[in-house]
Amino acid sequence: MTWRSPLALLRDAVLSQKAREKELRSLVSNLPFEGLGKSKQPNRFFKPNAIKTNKYTPLFFIPMNLYEQFHRLANVYFVGLAILNFIPVVNAFQPEVALIPICVIMFLTALKDGWEDFRRYQSDKKLNNMPCLIYSRAAKHYIERRWKDVRVGDFVKVVCNETVPADLLLLHTSDPNNVCHIETSNLDGETNLKQRNALPGLCTSNDVFEPESFNCTVVCEKPNNNLNHFKCFVEKPDKEKTGAGIESLLLRGCTVRNTEHAIGFVVYAGHETKSMLNNNGPRYKRSKLERRLNVDVFFCVLLLFIMCLIGSLGHFYVWLLINCFNDIVKGHLDSPSLSSFYMFFTMIILLQILIPISLYVSVELVKIGQIFFILTDVDLYDEETDSRVQCRSLNITEDLGQIEYIFSDKTGTLTENKMVFRRCSIMGKDYPHKENVIAFLHHQETQVIPDEKLLQQISRSERSSSGISDPYMDFFLALAICNSVVVSMATTQRQRVIGLLKKSTTKSLSVLAKRTGSFWKVFDSPKQNGSSTSAHKRSDDANGVQPRALDPMTLSARPAAASGDVCYEAESPDEAALVYAAKTYGFTLLARTPNSVTVRVPSGEELVFEVLDTLAFDSNRKRMSVLVRHPITGEYVLYTKGADYAIMELLGTPGQQKKIAADTQYHLDCYAKDGLRTLCITKKIVSSREYQSWLADRKKALAAIDGREELMMASAVQLETELTMLGATGIEDRLQESVPDTITALREAGIKVWVLTGDKPETALNIGYACRLLEEGDLVINMTSTINLMDLLLKASVVFQVTCVSILDCTLEEVRRYHEDPRNVDTTQKISLMIDGDTLAIALSPDLQDRFLELAKRCRSVLCCRVTPLQKSRVVKLVRDKLKVMTLAVGDGANDVNMIQVADVGIGISGQEGMQAVMASDFAITRFKHLKKLLLVHGHWCHTRLANMIIYFFYKNAAYVNLLFWYQFYCGFSGTAMIDYWLMIFFNLFFTSTPPIMFGIMDKDVSAEMLMGVPELYRTGQGSGEYNFRTFWISMLDAFYQSLVCFFVPYLAYQGSDVDIFTFGTPLNTSSLFIILLHLGIEIKSWTVVHWIIMLGSVALYFIVTLAYSAICVTCNPPSNPYWILQNQMADPMFYLICIISTVVALLPRYTFYVLKNSIAPSPLIQAKHLDRMEPSVRDMWMKEWRSLRGGTEVKESRLSTPPSPTLETSVDFYPGFGDAASFVGEELSLNVITD
Amino acid sequence: MNMRFYRTTMKEEGNSANRPSNTAFTQQRLPAWQPMLSAGVVIPGFLLIGLAFIGIGVGLLITSRSIQVLELDYTGTETSSPCYQCTMSNQSNCVCKLSFSIGTLFKGPVFFYYGLTNYFQNQRKYGVSKDFNQLIGDVSYFKSPSSDCQPYQRVNGKPIVPCGAIANSMFNDTFKLYQIINGKEELVPFDGKGIAWWTDYNIKYRNPDYTPLKNAFNDTEKPVFWTKPAYELDTSDASNNGFINQDFLVWMRRAALPNFRKLYRRITEGNYKDGLPAGNYSLEISYNYPVISFEGTKKVTFSNVSWMGGQNEFLGIAYLVIGSMCVVMSVVMLIVYAKFRFPEED
Repeated sequence: MTWRSPLALLRDAVLSQKAREKELRSLVSNLPFEGLGKSKQPNRFFKPNAIKTNKYTPLFFIPMNLYEQFHRLANVYFVGLAILNFIPVVNAFQPEVALIPICVIMFLTALKDGWEDFRRYQSDKKLNNMPCLIYSRAAKHYIERRWKDVRVGDFVKVVCNETVPADLLLLHTSDPNNVCHIETSNLDGETNLKQRNALPGLCTSNDVFEPESFNCTVVCEKPNNNLNHFKCFVEKPDKEKTGAGIESLLLRGCTVRNTEHAIGFVVYAGHETKSMLNNNGPRYKRSKLERRLNVDVFFCVLLLFIMCLIGSLGHFYVWLLINCFNDIVKGHLDSPSLSSFYMFFTMIILLQILIPISLYVSVELVKIGQIFFILTDVDLYDEETDSRVQCRSLNITEDLGQIEYIFSDKTGTLTENKMVFRRCSIMGKDYPHKENVIAFLHHQETQVIPDEKLLQQISRSERSSSGISDPYMDFFLALAICNSVVVSMATTQRQRVIGLLKKSTTKSLSVLAKRTGSFWKVFDSPKQNGSSTSAHKRSDDANGVQPRALDPMTLSARPAAASGDVCYEAESPDEAALVYAAKTYGFTLLARTPNSVTVRVPSGEELVFEVLDTLAFDSNRKRMSVLVRHPITGEYVLYTKGADYAIMELLGTPGQQKKIAADTQYHLDCYAKDGLRTLCITKKIVSSREYQSWLADRKKALAAIDGREELMMASAVQLETELTMLGATGIEDRLQESVPDTITALREAGIKVWVLTGDKPETALNIGYACRLLEEGDLVINMTSTINLMDLLLKASVVFQVTCVSILDCTLEEVRRYHEDPRNVDTTQKISLMIDGDTLAIALSPDLQDRFLELAKRCRSVLCCRVTPLQKSRVVKLVRDKLKVMTLAVGDGANDVNMIQVADVGIGISGQEGMQAVMASDFAITRFKHLKKLLLVHGHWCHTRLANMIIYFFYKNAAYVNLLFWYQFYCGFSGTAMIDYWLMIFFNLFFTSTPPIMFGIMDKDVSAEMLMGVPELYRTGQGSGEYNFRTFWISMLDAFYQSLVCFFVPYLAYQGSDVDIFTFGTPLNTSSLFIILLHLGIEIKSWTVVHWIIMLGSVALYFIVTLAYSAICVTCNPPSNPYWILQNQMADPMFYLICIISTVVALLPRYTFYVLKNSIAPSPLIQAKHLDRMEPSVRDMWMKEWRSLRGGTEVKESRLSTPPSPTLETSVDFYPGFGDAASFVGEELSLNVITD
Repeated sequence: MNMRFYRTTMKEEGNSANRPSNTAFTQQRLPAWQPMLSAGVVIPGFLLIGLAFIGIGVGLLITSRSIQVLELDYTGTETSSPCYQCTMSNQSNCVCKLSFSIGTLFKGPVFFYYGLTNYFQNQRKYGVSKDFNQLIGDVSYFKSPSSDCQPYQRVNGKPIVPCGAIANSMFNDTFKLYQIINGKEELVPFDGKGIAWWTDYNIKYRNPDYTPLKNAFNDTEKPVFWTKPAYELDTSDASNNGFINQDFLVWMRRAALPNFRKLYRRITEGNYKDGLPAGNYSLEISYNYPVISFEGTKKVTFSNVSWMGGQNEFLGIAYLVIGSMCVVMSVVMLIVYAKFRFPEED
């Protein structure tokens, strides 16, 4: 290292800052500069690959940690008070003693932080020292280095099953097609393989890539955290630019699969990698209760201020009154006003614990305990995936008990997201696949039993047209080709390569998994089918039955070996279901590479289609297309599949087509009514000329770096026109176990359930009935438009909006009337609303949203269909902000992430669609039914426990502090404490701290069975819940009353006697201990062994510690001196008599009030508790009676997993009462009110 | 098919490492006592507490009533008071005599207290104004008293021993009691032993190990308000001198409330062992302690004591009231129970 002037260093720092801030970065290879000094390195400005996530260094731990801790206002407050105590004129205690509580609390926090940080340091070290291969010019090959040695501009070689050390631009792979498969489970939990393509046109020969000859400049964007987006182009010396996107980027933390090795150019390293930028610690949400708590802390501050003011004024008054007394007391003193000013601060120090110092720490401890109990609940454990519930936000457990609105996704949340191909319609002819129903019951999701007629039809057309351009053939070819399913090789897919890196891989992976905060999990889905088969296959492999195949081409070259045993890895289960369906009819997808798809047709022939382009699915187009060249005819064929409304308008209209389209549409509607997910399959023959012109546009779009998405989409839309309808498919998605039951229970609990789905209205409606979101006999208001939004924008959207307004108004009016109608008293809340995305878009507009909410509020459930992810989150946000209610969003897919993040509580279902929802969520569960126990039982418990604990905490501090306050009236407002300060600290720190924490973790007001059986009970937590203005102030008043009793009983008993200060204070302290603990005893609803131990232990601890302290401390704490006081007192019967009477008098009102209230007007919770004590059989009878009494409908036998009958919809009728309003039909918007 | 196979194997392998342990604790099913606060349950409790309290209350009241108390104010604010002239100007060694009579025998042992009102011994700054190390007999602190003692730390540059406001303000009225028998004054003997706490006398306060004690106080000053130094508090009895003087100890134990009394002497000897017989008495007070300036009063109290200390009717009444309330409540509860009982309570 050569010496460099500080100026140069400074300049470098400025330059590197500048370089990092630039929107575009130009990177060149490091190799020509190898061995040169640091200042010569071209990429020296960018971050190295070593990561450091620990916040502290050993040397600066204390100052930095203190700095962190002082971000918490409470800590500043308490330290400020402690410092105040060091000022002689105001101090109330020995200054050092006042520091103890805050020091203990800050020390504990620092200990926790330090330990966490040390763990981070260790895992960083592990990661930084993982081995990897970097090309070295000196050695002329790849040499093993550490991850931390990787720099931007290096060439890194990643071997199969190794983890990628930095974000690499893929330049070359061992695969002949230059593709590389990666598994991103470390990043997003998705276990399916994703394909990445090497940047084309860089290597001279396919076999060897020479890093030294790489002389291009890589221009890429500034690092960002978007895992699915990357913009970059490579500029060759001859100025030729090649664009590259995310499909050429290997992300740090991914694992290379199915590819022997891949070589990449490091574009981002270390903290600038996408995975590290995504890794932003645990989320911090503030619960509703905590917000309320902060308000009350503010009230306490106000109270403290008033009390101190009284003290200070009192001091002033006493001063004037007995001014001369000070001749005896003190020779000289400050002026009265100054002295009373000082007294104000002395009072603050004395009464500081009115602001509960340990409350925040205790609340955190309680939440940890509550989370422990949620995590260990066996009922929330899923056998199949071996996973428990996950708590990702640690501080909103009590919010679970206050939910008023649930927003649920449909697919994968209410349903299994296990797709089964159920029916199809080809050329306007329906093939019902009746046998599938049976297969379905046997849970063979991927196995489709072919329809006899269809099989015959296929063999017929095969014979007639030799499989070239028959629509039936085309239909299945489209199913097999038009998707993004990856064929995985059974043998090598998850196999670890035995190599020099073997040992570190497994370990480092788990480290990495922790690092990115993602979780390993086992899927149980069609797409997982790949791995399951591979697991099975692996055993075959071990027996030597099947030779190892490392590469898809080899596999496809040996069809015999692979036949029947191909496994598919699809990003969405729908696609896999379609591919499996095609396979059943003999169209087997054998291999997919970026440039080709191999399909075996029923004749046994293998067709290799050249893939010219793939127009990937996006949520705007709602369709995907694959452009291939037919191997036999040589035609350019575009296969498109997509949502019916996204396809229908793109159809060409030659005569015959129209009829087919109409028939298909009819079938589609039928499918949808059956609750099936529908897709349209189309085909288009593209002429060579057309293709060429399109290709030019496409290339332009690909190379663009700005507005690339828009251009790509425009080019896609350009091609997808004049399609020919082939047919449609219907895929069944089974309802999850116990969903209807759960929804009924949630609704009885007073929670409104909204379902937001991207599906068609018919499908949604059907699922709505199936999961008992809608009841037969409900009034369903249907607000769906039958036109596309695109058209809408072209046509007069104003008209549409006006229509919308009037419909909203009419409906609202009707609903109001319906509610006011005395005949409908019993049947209120039986209105449901159904709305689609387009209408919703208008309803959500600022001038309509109030009316929409007004309507939605009166509906028992709301179904939104065809909504986009953004709309989902807008709906949640609107309801949350406008109605001021607690919302919960539950979903499983990436499209639910927005909604989950917006809601007060976000719940992710770790299902089939990756982990994005889970990553964004606060709690992750595996099944929808777990929501019931999570909310009704754990939510209720957590809420009541924490609410009562916090109220108790405020009470406890107020009751204790007020004792000191009352004493001020008798000591000249001079700030004297009649209790030794050490004992005061111990009182809060040891004697009375554990019982409330235990109370907050373990109290159980009603048993889990009752809470599950009578969801009604959940309502106690809704709204302001058990911790509200009233309960808080009642307990504060009680605290005042109790402290008055606790002070004045001893006062009156000792009045005029020769009692000394601490002798007077001891019965006060003792009886307040008993009052405070027994008060908790009244609050505790169930006493377990733990309760007894802690309560009795606290009392024992008080006496032992105080006795020991009074016996040992002769002059240890001058001038206060509690020597032998308690011993003396305990020998005096008066002590006991005083303690008993003050305890009884203090607690009598609360106790009596509870007793009378429980007897005269028992709350539902108390009634439930009574039921709890009955015999189970009697209890069930009572529970049933109760539920029916309270208007909660009896839980009917729910129809589990049976598909809803299509006849349900046939009775669609206008609700008679609606008259004109109901039959109001807008131009393109209909309002239907459906009753049964 | 493969999948089914896969799944079953998974289960057979016991692949449930994540399964939470199914114990009563983790599942929150620990056996618990669930007290039900309702009218029916608490009736016996209320009744029992009520009766017990009434019993205690009656006992306390009887005990308290049996205690005889005689209180005499001698502040001398009123002109009729015999001590009135002592409050005028600064007379030193003013003596006044207070006459009173006792109708019946004042049962012994009789405790003789002096009392002060409106006197804030519990004032914080007053309270901290002492040096423990001096009082425990550590001579090194005689030279440099604690700064807590300000402004009674030094006088004329010399350290004060015992320093501080409490010691400085020690009560210095003295009393002599005479029974007037046939016009003749007979001195009632006072017993000044053991009136302070045993721990104060034996552990907390110690004289420095000097003989004579005076030597320890070289180069120190007596407290400003004192007439004689600490080592001369009781020259007749070495075990009652210096810091372990009983009167000093009693004074140093600060009163909790602004109106208090402190034990001065007991009457346990001679003819008065069984108490003060009926008759006329005269109390000779050497009036030194000023209280008028802060509107305080001074008084003396004769009292005999029981197990519950001095006379105090409050506790007895409180117990009686609360006890009767509990009994009434139990009746109310009975009515409530009859009207609103839960079905399973039958």
